[in-house]
Amino acid sequence: MLSKVYPSMDAAVADIPDGSSIMFGGFGPGTPYNLTAALCRHNAKDLVCIANGPGGQRPGQSPYDMSYLIKARRVRKVMCAFTASPHPSRETPFTELYEKGEIEAELIPQGTLAERIRAGGAGIPAFYTPASVGTELAQGKEHRIFNGRTYVLENALTADYAFVRAWKADTFGNLIFRRSQRNFNPLMATAARCTIAEVEQPLVEVGTLDPDQVHTSGIFVHRIVHIPPPPEGIPNTPFNM
Amino acid sequence: MATTRHKTVLDRQTIAMRCAKEFQDGWIVNLGVGIPTLCSDFVPEDRFVIFHSENGVIGYGPLATKENLDLHLVNAGVQHVTLRPFASIVHHADAFGIIRSGRIDVSVLGSYQVAENGDFANWKVAGKRGGGIGGAMDLAACAKRVFIIMEHTTREGEPRLLKRCTLPITAPGVAKMVFTDLGVFEFGPQGFILKEIAPGWLPEEVQSLTGATLQIDSHLTEVTL
Repeated sequence: MLSKVYPSMDAAVADIPDGSSIMFGGFGPGTPYNLTAALCRHNAKDLVCIANGPGGQRPGQSPYDMSYLIKARRVRKVMCAFTASPHPSRETPFTELYEKGEIEAELIPQGTLAERIRAGGAGIPAFYTPASVGTELAQGKEHRIFNGRTYVLENALTADYAFVRAWKADTFGNLIFRRSQRNFNPLMATAARCTIAEVEQPLVEVGTLDPDQVHTSGIFVHRIVHIPPPPEGIPNTPFNM
Repeated sequence: MATTRHKTVLDRQTIAMRCAKEFQDGWIVNLGVGIPTLCSDFVPEDRFVIFHSENGVIGYGPLATKENLDLHLVNAGVQHVTLRPFASIVHHADAFGIIRSGRIDVSVLGSYQVAENGDFANWKVAGKRGGGIGGAMDLAACAKRVFIIMEHTTREGEPRLLKRCTLPITAPGVAKMVFTDLGVFEFGPQGFILKEIAPGWLPEEVQSLTGATLQIDSHLTEVTL
């Protein structure tokens, strides 16, 4: 079997073609900043980006998140639970383009987004949820009543690639997340045709991780890259590049 | 009355404290960003409350300090928090499975507007294409009850308690209680019921800052903490 371990972030994203759909894990911790930075150095464009939000919430100090790809005009469409800036007085790279109509967006309630991804990775084509019933987001969607309650139909979501960030991994790609780093990462890992993981701790040999403690089976993970140590003088934190 | 009245609007902490008084022993509570997050500081001492966060942190405690900061650990407001001894971590789909299956006893949310029929609007402002839903629609549709915390009027003095929301709604008819800097409100067949009022205020003064007709509770009291 070909090794899943890649020597660098750049090597792990080098073949991503124009027009790809990419899921980005993360909710603060667990954001794959290094893979995103590598994708910024690469030249793929017309991307469809799926994540909780389009990034750029801390102007000037955000590490490499989706907002850098948006700023570089490499993103055609985002699918997110947020398409407004976190504060009305502050624009983000996404809202600047979106309010001018220069980028597409699908706004999705966060639980529906998570479940659409879970369904995509679980072979479920669609599901019904009560979230958004009676709002403008449910307009045009199929409604159905179960046990007297109204639900809307939501379709599963898959992607060409998923970028995830884990705490520990072995060379087979079994992943362990730490604390709230988990968030969307295990779901997205199951829903992409190619899942790429950046990993904080040095990769370990197979047989080292306790199988009972693995959050994401290596069968869902196709490429693994250890995050190189940060430059001298910078503490090694989950937010480091 | 000839004596001078001292009118007080409740500050953010006091509104949060009043709201937290409603949390019952054993409740699973989800706090939205803004004033609702402050409620975690004011749970009555005799009650055990479990705080649930959309990103899968079940049983978080107070905000982290420099000494116990864990950079892998945030709540849904991306604030660094601590864990209570009974805490556990689940992924995002399980966190929302907890919400959708009706296990959240109360969802406390901020809002731009709330209407007398229980509709509320908290994800989109006028004049913008984008919106910020986060988990609000899932929580609003599925929590056992929804409490709204908000300032009674906009910065320009426009009412936020209305006959009908003018902004796109988050969920229809789900708000059960509203806590503002001017009082505590519940819902009846005729709309808003003023249950408690900020110190020194008269009901007609609160009415004049409200965009719907208030029913005044026969047992109206000052806001009690």
